[in-house]
Amino acid sequence: MDSFVRVGDARGVSTLTTDVASSNAALRGFLHGLPGVDKVGADARAAMLGTRSIKTTAKRQAIDLAISMVDLTTLEGADTPGKVRAMCAKAVHPDPSNPDVPRVAAVCVYPDLVAEAVQAVRGSGVKVASVATAFPSGRSSLEVKVTDTALAVAAGADEVDMVIDRGAFLAGDYLKVFEEIVAIKAACGSAHLKVILETGELATYDNVRRASWLAMLAGGDFIKTSTGKVQPAATLPVTLVMLEAVRDFLATTGRKVGVKPAGGIRTTKDAIKMLVLVNETAGDGWLHPDWFRLGASSVLNDLLMQRQKQDTGRYSGPDYFTLD
Amino acid sequence: MSERLSVRKTYKLFIGGAFPRSESGRSYVVTSSKGDFLANASKASRKDARDAVVAARKAFAGWSGATAYNRGQVIYRIAEMLESRRAQFAAELVAADGVSTKKATELVDAAVDRLVWYAGWSDKIGAIRGSANPVAGPYFNLSSTEPTGVVAIVAPPMGPLLGLISVIAPVIVTGNTCVVIASERAPLPSITLSEVLATSDLPGGVVNILTGKPDEIAPWLAGHMDVNALDLTGASPELALTCEELAAENLKRVLRPPTDTIDWLADPGTARMTTFLETKTVWHPIGV
Repeated sequence: MDSFVRVGDARGVSTLTTDVASSNAALRGFLHGLPGVDKVGADARAAMLGTRSIKTTAKRQAIDLAISMVDLTTLEGADTPGKVRAMCAKAVHPDPSNPDVPRVAAVCVYPDLVAEAVQAVRGSGVKVASVATAFPSGRSSLEVKVTDTALAVAAGADEVDMVIDRGAFLAGDYLKVFEEIVAIKAACGSAHLKVILETGELATYDNVRRASWLAMLAGGDFIKTSTGKVQPAATLPVTLVMLEAVRDFLATTGRKVGVKPAGGIRTTKDAIKMLVLVNETAGDGWLHPDWFRLGASSVLNDLLMQRQKQDTGRYSGPDYFTLD
Repeated sequence: MSERLSVRKTYKLFIGGAFPRSESGRSYVVTSSKGDFLANASKASRKDARDAVVAARKAFAGWSGATAYNRGQVIYRIAEMLESRRAQFAAELVAADGVSTKKATELVDAAVDRLVWYAGWSDKIGAIRGSANPVAGPYFNLSSTEPTGVVAIVAPPMGPLLGLISVIAPVIVTGNTCVVIASERAPLPSITLSEVLATSDLPGGVVNILTGKPDEIAPWLAGHMDVNALDLTGASPELALTCEELAAENLKRVLRPPTDTIDWLADPGTARMTTFLETKTVWHPIGV
């Protein structure tokens, strides 16, 4: 427990995991022993970093970096194979009139549409992510969740976005949440696992920090804020707390974990604020699509409009981009 | 007992139904026709113009989709609200233009009447601009009018109330939404007018009013790809030329500034409405 605060004590994730996951009491002891989050301080820090002014060439770089970090997402009951193909085409060539625009990091769909997406992005370098584990509520048995994950992986998903069991987490049954993540990680095989904490339902920043550590200890490759189905979603302070968690986790265990804010990121300004937060909290080692993603759909059009404004010197409009 | 301090009004912008200060934080001094200090007005920047276009675009679907009857009622309501503030507007016109109180009252009355006149046109303009066309086949062929979209307006420098109403009302009565750059010289009545608009059941964003320098803001609106038309009534010849060139990129409809001074009290005719209308023609087979 006390070793947590000794930054740089890279004793390895497996030792730490074996120690703390031996029982629910040990896990609880570890998570509740994490330093508390100063809520007022976190809010103020995030708000202060949000006022940074990023202009001209720096803004251009930030826009291109943000585009390359987007997980272009469609998670609607009304999704059709055609809609997924259209979104994949946009993921590969976000602005068809301008080949300089980088491709996005990944597309994110429901498991039954993974095969369609895999086919549509083949050879482009765009990854296919799939939500699984009874998304978005996570209310089902472990067997169903594992099967759901296996379905997505079998269909060719490179990444799996799982949801944690918030009910169990809030009830204090941390071991159940832990074991579920371990089981899903096993079902993922070589696919990357992103663990959705659904911070909007966790009530406090302390819980966000605990859930982040829990997910990382259990083997998550990424921690993700939200499903996008609950408000508030990816707020700046919550992302700040999670970035601190991955920074500390790297220092403690030597394993690097990525962060994905998702939901509520709509404008270029929102996206750039996130990038500033990453640089100032976790460091520029995370400023890469392998370690930071933006889960969103509408933000891409705004990024493209701002990029075009920089190229042409005139404001663009939504008429000139695909609707999604 | 000390003398009471007067409470001065802060004149801000009108964007999306709200009254924000300029994003740039700038303001400029507005003086009366005699050169006395009247107030500080917000000096809008290109980013305020951008925000105003976003607000106008957002309001377009609802306003253009409202029935003509409903739009007419709302514009009539603006006239009612303006009527109840006659004295305030008359005082502002006296201060801004140096006209007599009698003349100022006449101008306010004319502005109210102008609104009522345009309100009546909402469900009639289709009858004079639409048509049932005879065609060589068994079809109904119907042309009907549709609003152009978001219209950027450079309001006339003279006629801070009547001139302003006379450029806004014909644009919105047909279902367009607009971003207006108010008279730089006399912007105060335009902000008081936006207080009227904000309390007249007019959905936020249908009319957005910016105060500041037209030379600075208008070119950004003229080049904006999400603006569909330009009314350059108040633009200087040089500004009008720049704007018209910029407007060519996405084929905006442009209403050029008049060559000689406009008499705002004269019959306005329908040209200001019809300039910002599109025509849609539908073919429908005639049944048995």
